[in-house]
Amino acid sequence: MKLLILLVVVLGLVAAVQLSKIYQLSISLRGKREEEISEADNRMNGGLWLVFMVLFYASFIVLLIRYGDYLPPSASVHGLAVDQLMNFNMAIIFAVFFLVNTLLFWFSAKYYYRADRKATFYSHDNKLELIWTVIPSIVLAVIIAFGLRTWNEMTGEAADDAIRVEMYSKQFDWTARYPGNDGEFGLANYNLITPLNALGIVTEEGVESALEEIEVKIAKLEDEIAYEKGHLLDEREELMERLHEDDHGHGHAHTEHEHSEDDNHSDHSDHADHADHGDASHNGLKALLESRISEIDHMLESDKVIILTEAAYEAKEDKLYRLKRHRTRIMEIGEFNFDGELSAWDAGRDDRIVKGEFHLPIGREVEFVFRSRDVIHSAYMPHFRTQMNSVPGVPTRFKMTPIISTDSMRMILDDPDFDYVLLCNKVCGAAHFNMQMKIVIESQEAYDAWLNEQDPFLVKEGEEESETEKVTAEVASENITASL
Amino acid sequence: MGDQAHHHEESFVSKYVFSQDHKMISKQFLVTAIVMGVVAVMLSVFFRLQLGWPGESFAILETFLGKWAPDGVLDRNAYLALVTIHGTIMVFFVLTGGLSGTFSNLLIPLQIGARDMASGFLNMLSYWFFLFSSVIMIFSLFVEGGAASGGWTVYPPLSALPQAMPGSGMGMTLWLISMVLFVVSSLLGGLNYVVTIINLRTKGMSMTRLPLTIWAFMVTAILGVLSFPVLVSAVVLLLMDRTMGTAFYLSDIFIGGEALDVTGGSPILYQHLFWFLGHPEVYIVLLPALGISSEVIATNARKPIFGYKAMVGSLLGIGFLSFIVWGHHMFVTGMNPFIGSVFVFTTLLIAIPSAVKAFNYITTLWKGNIRFSPAMLFSIGLVSTFVTGGLTGIILADSALDVNVHDTYFVVAHFHIVMGMSAIFGMLAGVYHWFPKMFGRMMNNKLGFVHFWITIVAGYGVFFPMHFVGIAGAPRRYYEYSNFEFLNGVQDLQPIISTFAIVGAIGQLFFLFNFFYSIRYGQKAVQNPWKSNTLEWTTPVKHLHGNWDGPLPIVHRWAYDYSNPVHEEDFVLQTTPPLDGEVMH
Repeated sequence: MKLLILLVVVLGLVAAVQLSKIYQLSISLRGKREEEISEADNRMNGGLWLVFMVLFYASFIVLLIRYGDYLPPSASVHGLAVDQLMNFNMAIIFAVFFLVNTLLFWFSAKYYYRADRKATFYSHDNKLELIWTVIPSIVLAVIIAFGLRTWNEMTGEAADDAIRVEMYSKQFDWTARYPGNDGEFGLANYNLITPLNALGIVTEEGVESALEEIEVKIAKLEDEIAYEKGHLLDEREELMERLHEDDHGHGHAHTEHEHSEDDNHSDHSDHADHADHGDASHNGLKALLESRISEIDHMLESDKVIILTEAAYEAKEDKLYRLKRHRTRIMEIGEFNFDGELSAWDAGRDDRIVKGEFHLPIGREVEFVFRSRDVIHSAYMPHFRTQMNSVPGVPTRFKMTPIISTDSMRMILDDPDFDYVLLCNKVCGAAHFNMQMKIVIESQEAYDAWLNEQDPFLVKEGEEESETEKVTAEVASENITASL
Repeated sequence: MGDQAHHHEESFVSKYVFSQDHKMISKQFLVTAIVMGVVAVMLSVFFRLQLGWPGESFAILETFLGKWAPDGVLDRNAYLALVTIHGTIMVFFVLTGGLSGTFSNLLIPLQIGARDMASGFLNMLSYWFFLFSSVIMIFSLFVEGGAASGGWTVYPPLSALPQAMPGSGMGMTLWLISMVLFVVSSLLGGLNYVVTIINLRTKGMSMTRLPLTIWAFMVTAILGVLSFPVLVSAVVLLLMDRTMGTAFYLSDIFIGGEALDVTGGSPILYQHLFWFLGHPEVYIVLLPALGISSEVIATNARKPIFGYKAMVGSLLGIGFLSFIVWGHHMFVTGMNPFIGSVFVFTTLLIAIPSAVKAFNYITTLWKGNIRFSPAMLFSIGLVSTFVTGGLTGIILADSALDVNVHDTYFVVAHFHIVMGMSAIFGMLAGVYHWFPKMFGRMMNNKLGFVHFWITIVAGYGVFFPMHFVGIAGAPRRYYEYSNFEFLNGVQDLQPIISTFAIVGAIGQLFFLFNFFYSIRYGQKAVQNPWKSNTLEWTTPVKHLHGNWDGPLPIVHRWAYDYSNPVHEEDFVLQTTPPLDGEVMH
């Protein structure tokens, strides 16, 4: 089949070449030159510009009618200003688009080449240049002023009573964190991330369990490295050599010294002393060697023995080094204090960690804080005209006030299944196209009720493991396994 | 070096392969860029198949992509790789190497009246680095983990960490190496261009008599020389983060089950460094196209380009301003909003010289006597797309509005219309217009007409609907959109866009056939087929090393005496001395 296609293509090419040659021949026989474009051709192309213009404008208008108002009205306060600004800009842009393109196409159509006329020699006109520099400048100045005013409002300080929500992004999902009843977010440190602590929240338990986990990993790795068969055998061989060397070593050693005496002018008495000491430590060394050899033999029989390639072995050594460094970092997370009574160990314990969907009360300002675990993601909420990157190592923020509840929007759109959504809008890997979280806007009461249902991050000792923790652990471990 | 042309023996290798002659080098750049362009267009057709008909099986995908399209459906990592390499090839290899490399090399010595570039040797090296860079970039498509996949902008940490995606392994390393070589090529070329223009103009060729192409190429070269090194710094720091454990761009990262022990870096640093080049880069792409169009429009309208001084001034204005607008790519990175305001201001400023240029082009057409060569058609198309694409730039420049359209299809529409249509049209206009000068033969006009009309219709057909898809809230670089109910309504635009893309791609076959066929069998050209004023048309049709047989031409007038009422012919070569009592422009 592919051969057939190839054949058709090749034959097609050959045909095209032959046809072209025939065409060349015919025009040269008629004495025509390619650069002499006929008046007919010029008129045709001029006319085509007009046809093009009509089709172009018609399709623009069709698109505008069908898709011009695609997004529903803004669901946030600043979004209303943004939409106004957008309409204002679009009005100007449409006007300029139609005016300038029409002049372009119209002149092209009208002034096609005729041999009996000469173009008008019009090389410059400073007044005209001034006009069409000044007018755009004024228009742009207005656009700038209007735009910056909107921008300043959007990016200003959040209100004191704004709700704060942290949006935490990672490949490939979002997690929302609400400060608990204490009103404070717990600190977070990425060194404490474990399946049960997906956001790395700093708490005493968090540090302990992170330490525990890493000790387990380190122990396991140390075992693997210690029980690597090839290295064990090598070590055993080397130890055996030294053992046998030492057995005959005494006699040999003396002979060597005698030979070297002439060269080194060394003190004979020193050697005699050395020989005496040598005897004692030699016996100790031998015992050491023998005991290690028997240990190795014992290890070789155990079922913890593994075989690794040299590359894999080095990789494990590197990993061990990194894990030990990580352990140091965990231990460095000392205790901090907020000013006030709350200690860093406590602030995070009652944070609410939420996956899948997050809720906000209508009419209240929310200040989002964005953090990322791995690469740059971006929280895009088009219905709220909101977008902000979440950058690893660089927390970002964005404030907005929702003004249309989910229920209301469902009525407006006549779509009982509608839901607000947050999408990832910065390429972040394979599943970038499906990294979303549902947003629910509801009354203050409903929101309060919902928030109360969310379990705090750490329950007190003795209480049952919360649903949230269970879910967090399940999902987090899935993700970590997936990324390994 | 005397006034006489060089007559020395040239072997096949020194004439066609390791040539130091600027005309041959320009052809080498052009052909390489065309090949790269074909590859990039194919990549775009592949991913448009996925976007237009998500999840459907296409045998052609499996044929070309093998394991990257199992059962004929594009793999989601491969999708990102295709998008990345498509963008990289188009912006750098086709529109910078292919546009500046070809036309700066061809036209600078010819239009200023010089024997060759200031350094033929550096010029030759600039091509070979370009070729080497191209080969590595193509090769990166074939490595195990796939090519770089973080978009052509390759932001870290995604591009710094092999654990983050397969393309961030060897593919990314090769991308970085290729780009360093590419920048070397650009710098060698750019330095040559500037030095040549300043020093080697022939007698009488004052700066104010230079054709606008030369002004454009000079400003472009200066932009390149000042901004490409910053890209190299971004790349070097990224290479260091990838291989030497540094933390320029990395901090607080947990990935692949491990907490990385690097802190203190910021991914935003990369964005500043990248876009400090990135923005001038798009003007490096656009200005030569504008310069070419000035020439083509004046010649084919048989009228002087309107407002020569204003055109030069706006080139300089755009060039200068292009260095202080880069932050508009970063409005939603969490940058201090005040800095955002500054960039809004400077970016909207740049609209002013751009508008002046557009108005000047249109006034040049007014009361002209327009010959619609294919080059002229493309140049008029350039003006239309420059205006259309430039206007949407106003929305993007407004930070409050950008919040809602950043990284959506609205941006994709904008930059494709200005680069994928406007700049490419400039390049194609240049090819059609200077083909006789490059190859001593004429291209076929009828095929040129067909090529143009298919291309402009298909081009607008692909990119115009994208504005609507973007404002509706559809992010870019998405493998598919079926996971979002609220976007269902705009999804019927996707197959339409893809269909236009396929038609447009097929339409380029008319050009490819015409181009290669005419090199060999095209009608032999006369010396000045377009009846143009500029110096390149005073050289013999058959290429001469040293360009003029005999002494260098002497210039007496500016380049735009078309339909000058004092003269009988509707064009006057720049070498024509003033008539008795003629008042010179």
